[in-house]
Amino acid sequence: MTDVTFRWPGRPGFALTVPAFAMAKGDAVMIVGDSGSGKSTLLSLICGTLRAASGSLHVAGTDLGRLSAAERDRFRADRIGVIFQQFNLLPYGSVRDNILLPLVFSPKRRGRATDVDAEVLRLCTAMGLEPEVIGMSAGRLSVGQQQRVAVARALIGQPELVVADEPTSALDQRAQTGFLDLLFEQMQVAGSSLLLVSHDTRLGRRFDRVERIEEIALTERKAA
Amino acid sequence: MILRLVLGSLVARALTVGLTVLSIAVSVALFLAVEKVRTGAKDSFADTISDTDLIIGARSGAVQLLLYSVFRIGTPTNNMTWESYEEIAGHPAIDWIVPISLGDSHGQFRVMGTTNAFFERYRYRGGRPLRFEQGAAIDDLFDAVIGADVARSMGYQIGQSIIVSHGIASFSDHEDTPFRVAGILEMTGTPVDRTVIVSLEGIEAIHVDWQGGGRRPGAATPESTLRQMSLEPDAITAAFVGVSSRLELFSLQRWINTYPEEALMAVLPGVALQELWQVAGIAETALIGVSAMVIAASILGMMAVTFASLNERRREMAIWRAMGARPRSIVALLLGEAVLTATAGVAAGMVLLYAALAIVRPWIDAAFGLWLPIDWPATREMLVMLAVLGGAAAASLLPAWRAYRLSLADGMMVKT
Repeated sequence: MTDVTFRWPGRPGFALTVPAFAMAKGDAVMIVGDSGSGKSTLLSLICGTLRAASGSLHVAGTDLGRLSAAERDRFRADRIGVIFQQFNLLPYGSVRDNILLPLVFSPKRRGRATDVDAEVLRLCTAMGLEPEVIGMSAGRLSVGQQQRVAVARALIGQPELVVADEPTSALDQRAQTGFLDLLFEQMQVAGSSLLLVSHDTRLGRRFDRVERIEEIALTERKAA
Repeated sequence: MILRLVLGSLVARALTVGLTVLSIAVSVALFLAVEKVRTGAKDSFADTISDTDLIIGARSGAVQLLLYSVFRIGTPTNNMTWESYEEIAGHPAIDWIVPISLGDSHGQFRVMGTTNAFFERYRYRGGRPLRFEQGAAIDDLFDAVIGADVARSMGYQIGQSIIVSHGIASFSDHEDTPFRVAGILEMTGTPVDRTVIVSLEGIEAIHVDWQGGGRRPGAATPESTLRQMSLEPDAITAAFVGVSSRLELFSLQRWINTYPEEALMAVLPGVALQELWQVAGIAETALIGVSAMVIAASILGMMAVTFASLNERRREMAIWRAMGARPRSIVALLLGEAVLTATAGVAAGMVLLYAALAIVRPWIDAAFGLWLPIDWPATREMLVMLAVLGGAAAASLLPAWRAYRLSLADGMMVKT
């Protein structure tokens, strides 16, 4: 990212500027920042649901600024796996359908996962989930299980980048450790880069790099 | 898989979705029921008289002639003379002719004088003949045959003695000349059910001592004398005619319409029935309008429910977006949901209608003589059902548009 600026249309009070930010392929980078510090805006820019007003923003070698909204949606489907803080899954869908959801929008990732059911089983087992869980309705899983299913979903079809927004904050201390162990292990297997946002500095030592949001992004906030 | 997820989403909101489906189902069933009753009534109306080629009476209006001769509503303005009747009856184009004479009543029912040929020639509902539930046709001067409604509401049995009143809604009775119930007809769903049928001679006989609206002073003519008298009528009200060849129908009609000795008219029952139905058509349009509005209300209800659910479903849409769904896909999703819901509603409405129809049909036939056919929906009904689906899709566009705006603004991050 170089000289990227973003303004909320119709909200002149808030603007985000990122002079320079880069991460290497395969890296695991953590961005630390409190809520309201512009983290979500930054992630939305990278994922292409928001569009930068100026500057250049390259993700996995593609200039997002050159893509239309539809192309950015397609790009996100192809290249990025997303993990939220919680409520990652469609509660009425089965675990299997939830994991396979990104493949609906990305034939490319579908092509990589040759045998989808075997892949679902492999990812679930790798994330420490019982095979019985696969057929269950996602809404009946515990929060910890749901987060692991979300990782499996983010990783299916090996996207280049996984973006995680506070994925551990809904978990207790012990579950956090186990969750991160599994996450890192599978990132390694898939060879994807990881960009994780959290306010919890204690997670930092596992990452290749830790950045503070204040250091990479300037946020302007005027009283409305 | 998308379909499975959409269905899952609908099932997850089973209560609200179920109620929406129910409201659409009820409104669709209502509409189809109105439609069924309407076409049933129309058919049954058109089936009041069949296999009769012409109705002949004094010159008035076609609808008026039909009303008093077939439906026994209103009073004839004029009679036709017996001479004219006999001359017409002798016309070579005529296969059969049945005279009728109206004017007297029994309670709330009309009394009709005719010949036994009436029971043989009168057909309804696509050529069905009249059948006797009990007893037989007129055999004696003072025999009467009564319709099913008359028998039921008055509680009459065979052999019952009945008194005919002079005129309609009058207090002067022909009490010296009672009739005997000789036969009771089966239910037909036509005005025959509400008619007391006697012979033309019987009508003459009871009027021997009468002049105009009242009884002539003096002693009543004894029954034995009446039986000796020549009771050929001077005039009749109307006549039903069957022609020997349909080809001669119009020339016969023209001949009667231009009959020089008397102002007569001959009408084709089918044409007159249609003319009459157009009058009743206004109520029909109103009914359809109301049931169409009920459908519109249920679709609006669905729209309101969708709007209400949008906020709590922002998270769900953010998930779809994060997976790479375009805002447009979100619109498609909501549209698909609406169409699925409406389809379920329409299907449930059909089931509801046919189930109800199967249960109440025999009862409706018995009570109103209205036969509602259970058959495939007509093209018009199909179109209405398609319109419901289209309406549901159109109505979902508004909430879908809002969802589109929301999901554009929210992206993957729901700020709540």
